[in-house]
Amino acid sequence: MNKTITYQIPIGPIHPALKEPVMFEFEIEGEKIKDVDVHLGQVHRGIEWAGMRRNSIQILYLAERICGICSYSHPAAFTLAVERIAGIEVPERAEYLRVIQAELERICSHILWAGVAAHEIGFDSVLFLTWQIREKALDLTEYLTGNRVTKAIMMIGGVRRDITEDMLPTIRKSLDFLKENFEKLRKVFLDDKTVQMRTKNCGILTKEDALKLCAVGPTTRASGVKKDARLDQPYFAYNELDFDYVTPDVLTGEVNGDVYDRIIVRLLEVKQSIDLIEQCLDRMPSGEILAEPKIQKLLIQLKKAEGEAIGIIEAPRGEDIHFVKLVGEEHPHSWKVRAPTYNNILPWIPMLKGEQIADIPIVAASTDPCMSCTNRVAIVKNGHRDILLAEDLHRLSVEKTRRLMK
Amino acid sequence: MKFSMIPQVISQMFKHPFTNLFPAKYVPPSVTKFLEDVKAGKAKIIPPVETPEGFRGKIQYDREKCIGCKLCIKVCPSGAIEFKPEEKKIRIYLARCTFCSQCNDICPVHCLSMSNEFLLADADKYSKDLIVE
Repeated sequence: MNKTITYQIPIGPIHPALKEPVMFEFEIEGEKIKDVDVHLGQVHRGIEWAGMRRNSIQILYLAERICGICSYSHPAAFTLAVERIAGIEVPERAEYLRVIQAELERICSHILWAGVAAHEIGFDSVLFLTWQIREKALDLTEYLTGNRVTKAIMMIGGVRRDITEDMLPTIRKSLDFLKENFEKLRKVFLDDKTVQMRTKNCGILTKEDALKLCAVGPTTRASGVKKDARLDQPYFAYNELDFDYVTPDVLTGEVNGDVYDRIIVRLLEVKQSIDLIEQCLDRMPSGEILAEPKIQKLLIQLKKAEGEAIGIIEAPRGEDIHFVKLVGEEHPHSWKVRAPTYNNILPWIPMLKGEQIADIPIVAASTDPCMSCTNRVAIVKNGHRDILLAEDLHRLSVEKTRRLMK
Repeated sequence: MKFSMIPQVISQMFKHPFTNLFPAKYVPPSVTKFLEDVKAGKAKIIPPVETPEGFRGKIQYDREKCIGCKLCIKVCPSGAIEFKPEEKKIRIYLARCTFCSQCNDICPVHCLSMSNEFLLADADKYSKDLIVE
């Protein structure tokens, strides 16, 4: 007689596959995941509270620190909201410059993600290949903005730095390098048999679930939902550029909604971003880059502004929404941020059900969760607690890859 | 596809290492002694990777030009700037500075600028190197 017992594994609040503290409780039967429960709210930094004690220009730099990787998307969404309230018209050239920065951030973020995904399934040589490419993208960011991560380029009514004629050759050279190496990366990821074995039919999110759970960004597009804030609610200069929704059927002709499809979507988006930057460089009109170059005047104008607005940006991970309410005071009355990962957490439940423990890292990482790190997993077995370290979970994942390679 | 990394590996063998061996090729047995040797001219530091033009590093303050208008204090996102009322000048605590260079933009007399110096690690956040005045 076979009697099966289910075990419970809590993962988190601290764990390497989860980049922000979040807690999972897995119900395990053997190696299979029977049920998942997610506990949110493990990290509250009070950023919005801190923002309500600062003026709009100070908040730009505070918003940058919501997320290290989306350090452009958050101030950009905040700026859009404030510009809508104050009725500031942004110069045409600044709109194009903003697109360039947004797409450069998407390249950095997606390549970083590709490296992390490779590491999760045990391909550390690919991790270093992606890091080599990302280094160039970061060098380009540093060249354009002055720093590698916290770009500090956004300003209400425009951008803070222009791209001059003599900067163009360096930018084009970097873009050519990215394009060339992107092909290499594409081959490694999309044609490799082992990557396919580990990621195909793993962590499936159906189109219905994606719609029902309001997944955003590459996670939902990989399930075949055509949702992209850049096309649905065009901001900046996106309505003047040629591009389309990236869904996996562009390449393979079918949509499965598995981890492999999410890899396809992210890689194709890197290519799309390079193309968008080139389009911007070609079509950028000349002119001013700031609506109000005198920042004191801008501060006075913002102090008088009254009203509420929403700023929506397609961040690398999906739709990022900022709500701002100004009441004619120096500090905003209210500021609310909804980061894309918030929507992409619930899809983890249908994705992880029925998978194996060794698949947890790659499935969790496949939505590119933007959270802090987790360090260990505790296994509760007959009321007795064993601790499964991060290394063990990673080891299980690597072992599964090796098994499949044989 | 099995040996797709081989060309990459072979080409890498003939390239210089990408890593910049900063500040010395091998870890010195004593860092303080190494730094003393550098000061005396006996040892050499391998320089860090060069920063591009427009890099936002340690802030520089031209005291004479400053008119004490306090606009920089108003926009500083981290509250790193302190006003000295008796002299009508400012003091910047680099341990709090976020290097956004917003104070540079708003300064009406352009007395603040960013240098390319970025090696600012210190055990004491109030050390002399980390306070600009």
